[in-house]
Order: sequence, then structure tokens, then C-alpha cells
Amino acid sequence: MECAFGITGKDYVLLCSDMAAGRSIIRMKSDENKIKALGPHLAMAYGGEPGDTNNFAEYVERNMRLYHIRNHYPLLPASASAWIRRTLAESIRSRNPYAVNLLLAGYDTTTSKPHLYWIDYLGTKAVVPYAAHGMGVYVSLSTMDKWWFNDMNKREGVEVLKKCIDEVQKRITVHFNFNCILIDKDGIHNINIDSQDPLAELESESKAASGDIVVDAPNSPLDVGVTA
Amino acid sequence: MENNGGSVVAMIGKDCVAIASDLRLGNQAVGIASNFDKVFPVNDKLYYGLPGLATDVYTLKEHLRFRVNMYRMKEEREITPKTFTHLVSSTLYEKRFGPFFIEPVVAGLPTPTELDPHPKPFISTMDTIGCVTTPKDFAVAGTAADKLYGVAEGLWEPDLEPEDLFETVSQTLLNAVDRDALSGWGAVVHIITHDKVITRTLRARMD
Repeated sequence: MECAFGITGKDYVLLCSDMAAGRSIIRMKSDENKIKALGPHLAMAYGGEPGDTNNFAEYVERNMRLYHIRNHYPLLPASASAWIRRTLAESIRSRNPYAVNLLLAGYDTTTSKPHLYWIDYLGTKAVVPYAAHGMGVYVSLSTMDKWWFNDMNKREGVEVLKKCIDEVQKRITVHFNFNCILIDKDGIHNINIDSQDPLAELESESKAASGDIVVDAPNSPLDVGVTA
Repeated sequence: MENNGGSVVAMIGKDCVAIASDLRLGNQAVGIASNFDKVFPVNDKLYYGLPGLATDVYTLKEHLRFRVNMYRMKEEREITPKTFTHLVSSTLYEKRFGPFFIEPVVAGLPTPTELDPHPKPFISTMDTIGCVTTPKDFAVAGTAADKLYGVAEGLWEPDLEPEDLFETVSQTLLNAVDRDALSGWGAVVHIITHDKVITRTLRARMD
């Protein structure tokens, strides 16, 4: 019982995941962060078998970090997606496979293009403009089909995301709280999707930080003195 | 096969071959992407299609890319369609008791040699464990294979010129795929001739 969306726009990508954690019909937590920052411009929303999810997400996170430390450059979204897919594809034919589905979102700083990958536990990878995982697919994909268009600006993208969340809350009997991030050229930003105007908050925050936007890693990597 | 959907068809013409696939990637009945190409080039005379489980499509494609590159470096020549077919076949049979869920289709024009100055266009297809079939007319695979057989049987005729072959293979694919819920969402066609490869994306029903 989970639900995650991703939407690309002109120069950014939005990632949104529910925050529920529990077993079968019991919810034990409603503020679990299921989006992980994997680098300065890369993040993933993950779901699946509890236990596998966190273990796999941390494994990916550490490997992305290792690559960054070794090469002084983070792995670009396309390469990261290939590595993650391969890890899952090898895992599915092993004795104890990871049951993890994920949406990988990134911003390619070399080409200034947003990337979104739909990856499932089998190692299936799709390069998509918008995607969903979990229970939300049945209502949100059609919402995105209707409202998404090429090169949306940030405001339009957030509007589509809000429409998806509204649809999920209207049509799915389970109640979800959502957690959202936006990745653009400046890095990863948290978005308060429940507020009236999330982008205004984002802009005022970035002004308060005087243009120096902090990469918000929910479980931030250790600082070893290497930056993007 | 029924997990992600998708179909491939190949046909022989007069000094040309065609290979075409749909572009759907699904998760059971839910459509995920309409840009999932299942036909890949080996060189400008040889293409192959991999319909089936999408994770294996990617894995097998990368594995074959590696093995063809090794062949190229060792042999210092391009691989022939027939040799490539056996390469794919043995790659599949290596996984005899835990197979790749893929039914490959190979289509290519062998380059003329001294021994064989007028080689015939070549197509072949395999099952999931690499049992080869080399038809003289057309090869089909994927979730719409049964429909493709019917339409191809009705439309194909011998010695089609490249443009006529394009029309035949396109109509075959589009009409078969419209009767299959797991295939469709766009299509791409490659016509391989001796001097060029024509690649066209078709406008298909998007429902």
C-alpha cells in the first residue's frame, strides 16, 4: 500500500512519495521518508518489501557516494539508472532477491536535462516523462496523461502533481500523506505540497539562504570534504 | 512474455529484409512507456528483435553487444547473420534451466563473399532456450505472435521490393497489434537493403 509519482518539466523533475509505513492493513508510521538523495542532483523514491527497501536504498546511496569520492564527479542520471537496473536484474535471479520498486529522478548538469526512470524489482527500466508506482498508478497515470505537456515550468509541474495527489485522495480509500522534492540545476529542494503555493515558499527559502541552496539529503552522507 | 507485452515481426523481400516492433512497455495491463524499442542493430546489415520480459531484453541486449564486440576484435570482420543467430542461440541455451524469457528474431543481409557471391536475405527466430528456426518467408514473436501469423500469412508474397516490403510489414504489425492488448502504443520499422537501412516510426493507435 504505497504510492509514488515522478514528473519531469523543462529544467527540473518532481518526485513525490507517500509516507506510510506498516504491515498489511496496519499503519505504524505516517511520516516515513521514502525518498532518498543519492547525490547532489539525483534522488529516488522507493517502495516494496519492508526491509529490502531501506537496505537496497542505502546500498545504492553508498555506491553512488563511493563513485563520487573516487572520481570527484557524481554518476550522471543515465549511468546511475543503468547501475541500479543491473543491480536489481542480477538480484532477481539470485537466491534472495531485493523486492524493491523505484522511481529514479535526476538532473543532468552536463546537458541541463531532467531525467526520470521507472524501475521495478525485476530490473525493468523505462525512460519516461512521468511515472507512478504503487496503488496510485491506477488514478494518477490518467491524470498525468491528461494534464502533462512538454517543457512545463515549475508552477505548471506542481499543479499537475497536486492534481495527481487530489485524485489519489479522492479515489483511493487509503489515506496518504505526501512528501515531495524538486531537483533542478541548484540541487534537491524539499517541497511542501500541502501548502497553497509551494514554489513561493521554495523561492523565499532560497532567498533567505542568499542563493546558496543547501542540498537536502534526508539521510545526509558523511562530509568528507568533496563537493559537486 | 505477458508481463511487459510487445511483439516483433521480420520479413524477407527481394534483396532486402524488414524487421519491425511495437514500442509498448507495460506492467501487466498498465502501460508504462511508449518508447521501448525492442529492435537493435548489430551492424548496418544485421538487426535483431527481443520481445519478452523487459528486464531480459536489456540484459540480453547488453550481453550480445559485448559478445559481438569481442567477435569483431578477435575476427577483425563483421559477424554474419547466420553466425549471429548461433551466438544468440548458444547464449540462450547457456541458461537452459533458468532461461531468459525472450523469443529473439534476427534479420540481416549477408555480405557477398567469393564462395557465395549472391547470398539470400536471412531471417531466423528462436524459442526461449535457443532452438533455431530459419523461415523462408517471415518470422514473428511476442504477445501478438498468433495474430501476426494470420496477417503475415495473408499479406506476404515472394520477392517484394523494399518499399512494398515496408508496406507489407507495417500493415502486418499494425493490424496484428491492434488485436492485442499487450502490444502496440507505436511501432518502428527497419528495412535493410544493400546500400542503406530505412528506419521509420509509424503512427499507431495509442489506446
